[in-house]
Amino acid sequence: MEIYWQLFCAFFRIGGLTFGGGLAQLPMLKFELVQKYHWLDEPELLDIYAIGQCTPGIIAINTATYVGYKKAGVPGGIVATIGMVTPSLVIITLVAAALQSVIDNVWVQHAIMGIRGVVCALMLNTVLTMGKKSLKSKFAVAVAIPALIAAFFFNVTTLVIVIFAAVFGIIWHVALHDGKMTAAKEAAGSGDGGAGNAGGDERKGGNA
Amino acid sequence: MNTWMLVFLEFMKIGAVAVGGGPATLPYLMELTEKYDWYTMEDLTNMIAVSESTPGPLGLNMATYAGYKTLGFFGGVVSTAGLVIPSIIIICLIAKFLENFNENKYVVGAFSAIRPAVWAIIAVSVYRVCAVSLFRLTDGVYIPIPKTMILCAVVFALLQVKRLQKYHPAIWLLIAVIVGIVFRF
Repeated sequence: MEIYWQLFCAFFRIGGLTFGGGLAQLPMLKFELVQKYHWLDEPELLDIYAIGQCTPGIIAINTATYVGYKKAGVPGGIVATIGMVTPSLVIITLVAAALQSVIDNVWVQHAIMGIRGVVCALMLNTVLTMGKKSLKSKFAVAVAIPALIAAFFFNVTTLVIVIFAAVFGIIWHVALHDGKMTAAKEAAGSGDGGAGNAGGDERKGGNA
Repeated sequence: MNTWMLVFLEFMKIGAVAVGGGPATLPYLMELTEKYDWYTMEDLTNMIAVSESTPGPLGLNMATYAGYKTLGFFGGVVSTAGLVIPSIIIICLIAKFLENFNENKYVVGAFSAIRPAVWAIIAVSVYRVCAVSLFRLTDGVYIPIPKTMILCAVVFALLQVKRLQKYHPAIWLLIAVIVGIVFRF
């Protein structure tokens, strides 16, 4: 029973005390999982992080599930995940409710118009920093351009584009180049490109 | 189908297919504004701002907020549950059956193309959020909002300065609040 409580508490703290997610959480994950509880060693943590990036879903959640599962099976994975989501649930609900009750106030409106400008700047910066990481090879650029056109001009849904890209990537690297993945390795090496702390904070590695 | 079920299923879909963490959920959240009247594109900017400046993973915070917007507190619980259930299933299966999953040549091949594609999709979503945030749609014409645009341009330029990159997004958002109030945006 104790392991479940520990898993819950460890991931509750990670969820409640880190901003951004993904790589920004790595120092906190290291502290809780490697140094405090000795559930993992550092290379294992990086492996888990890599798996979290290569699977759909929120990277932090994937990490929580993986660690929980390794320590205490499926219930462990569930408990760790619940620990991770609880702080968000509470904090977001409180902030959203507070915002809703003052949104018509004229000063709040001034503040929101300012916030919008900064949100745009932060997101444009994320696109820029992610682009630098994700578009290193000619192959990556050759994938990004048609994806950009499909999403922008033809409103092709995200899922369809991702599926096409996945199939194309497999055909290109496995069938045509027989698993010789120079470009793929390069892309995998810059792995965090697929995610970016919307703040695009390079010190943290800009991951979410 | 009732809204509760729809919220659960839509967010489960996002959890099952959004590859690339937080920002990668943005295009899907945007698609929901076209499909349902749960929240608007303008709400989305507030959601991003709040999610960035509170603890917790960005994607998780945005999903919780979207659920809250749609159906209140329990809406947030339902959207969060939907979002994480695919992760739990997928990760447990991988942990059980697949050794060296992230070194598998099919996985590496697929992701080499998924990453740039996801970047492109996020870029388009960000463009669209910016369009609704920096312009006001009046009688079918987009009219720029000058003060917000200038602030955006200035902060974007400042973010390119290496020394300023270490500051947390919440600090920039705090500056936005002050500037917005002082200059009556």
